[in-house]
Amino acid sequence: MDIFTNFNPAGFVECLPRMGIGMLVIFVVIGLIILTTMLINWFFSK
Amino acid sequence: MNIAETLLNLWNTSGFAKIFAEFLTGGWQNLVMILIGCVLLYLAIVKKFEPLLLCGIAFGCILTNLPGAGLYNQELWTNFMTEGHEAYHSYGTILKEGGLLDFFYIGVKTSIYPCLIFMGVGAMTDFGPLLSNPKSLLLGAAAQLGVFAAFLGAVALGFTGPQAASIGIIGGADGPTAIFLTSQLAPELLGAIAVAAYSYMALIPMIQPPFMKLLTTPEMRKVKMEQTRTVSKAEKIVFPIVVTIFVALLLPDTAPLIGCLMLGNLFKETGVTDRLSDTAQNALMNIVTVLLSTSVGATMVGSNFLTGQTLKIVVLGVAAFILSTCGGLVAGVVMYKLTKGKVNPLIGSAGVSAVPMAARVANKEGQKANPSNYLLMHAMGPNVAGVIGSAIAAGFLLSVFGG
Repeated sequence: MDIFTNFNPAGFVECLPRMGIGMLVIFVVIGLIILTTMLINWFFSK
Repeated sequence: MNIAETLLNLWNTSGFAKIFAEFLTGGWQNLVMILIGCVLLYLAIVKKFEPLLLCGIAFGCILTNLPGAGLYNQELWTNFMTEGHEAYHSYGTILKEGGLLDFFYIGVKTSIYPCLIFMGVGAMTDFGPLLSNPKSLLLGAAAQLGVFAAFLGAVALGFTGPQAASIGIIGGADGPTAIFLTSQLAPELLGAIAVAAYSYMALIPMIQPPFMKLLTTPEMRKVKMEQTRTVSKAEKIVFPIVVTIFVALLLPDTAPLIGCLMLGNLFKETGVTDRLSDTAQNALMNIVTVLLSTSVGATMVGSNFLTGQTLKIVVLGVAAFILSTCGGLVAGVVMYKLTKGKVNPLIGSAGVSAVPMAARVANKEGQKANPSNYLLMHAMGPNVAGVIGSAIAAGFLLSVFGG
């Protein structure tokens, strides 16, 4: 059964930076949306 | 031709004959898949597990595993994806030689269905709670942790990069996003991933509470949050337009999902497109749900589904859900500490998307700790932020693995 074959711990280590970059991209984009939202809030509260 | 010969011919062309004749070479798989389809129907109808989706998926699964019916032809789609084959990327071949479910599946392959579902979701979404408390968007971002953790786990278990990315997106707890990404990166896993994603979404009230209790103290769960401010109509109209422009320029691969989500929301908020909003929320959403669910079910062909890979996907899927929940909760705890106890960390668990189920679970757990606690509107902010967050995660993974 192939559940226990193809185990690839090296791939795990290789892809760790991708996980970091992925989370960073999400936080950057969400951060920009937050800034935009705050700008909208500020603009419409005037 | 005598009667016996006619009956024999009828028997030979029947699906029963095919199952018996090919029992050892694949017929048994068809029978097992028909049984799995019946179990899924039971879960949908009796246990009410995401019935709107699971009912169609289960029936599609049964239809595709009826030998001789020819409703869905796996080999046509394999040729469609094989570079150098004469049918490579040829929808003409599909239309000429395919069955009914092959035609339905074109909408999945072209990503039309997930995008239209997103339009309906947008038309049903109120971004008010998120606009009144923009910081709650961070919880939706943190709750994407499971996507990347499951991606790493899938790579370690021997899946290819595109397959691992498709499995990881189950952690986004967003069915259309999972289907959108998987149909582009790993269509051979679509059935297993869609079933896992929708099954776990239905199981959110059972999966999340133990981790909510594990990562928060009773004191934290009792926190009553302040009433959010009222958001003006103008803000609600400008928000989808500005976000679409920003996000699509930053991550162009997210444009189909975010664009449709925000277009649906704009229909809802303008006040002059009520008919379109109503269609997107109801008629269109229902029609697309029928087509999407049956065509996703059709990909559950026995030879594809009954493998060790499916078992791995089931395990990785639940791990993705749990880790996403934990990511949101940990971010909630951080916010609780930073705001000196003004934020109830339970709302972080709603960052996993699965609108509105995850927000309802956060509200219910909050009320268990403090019966006068109403967290629903506060949890809707991270909840819709989770939809945006999972679409961004999908866009990122598509830009990395989509070639």
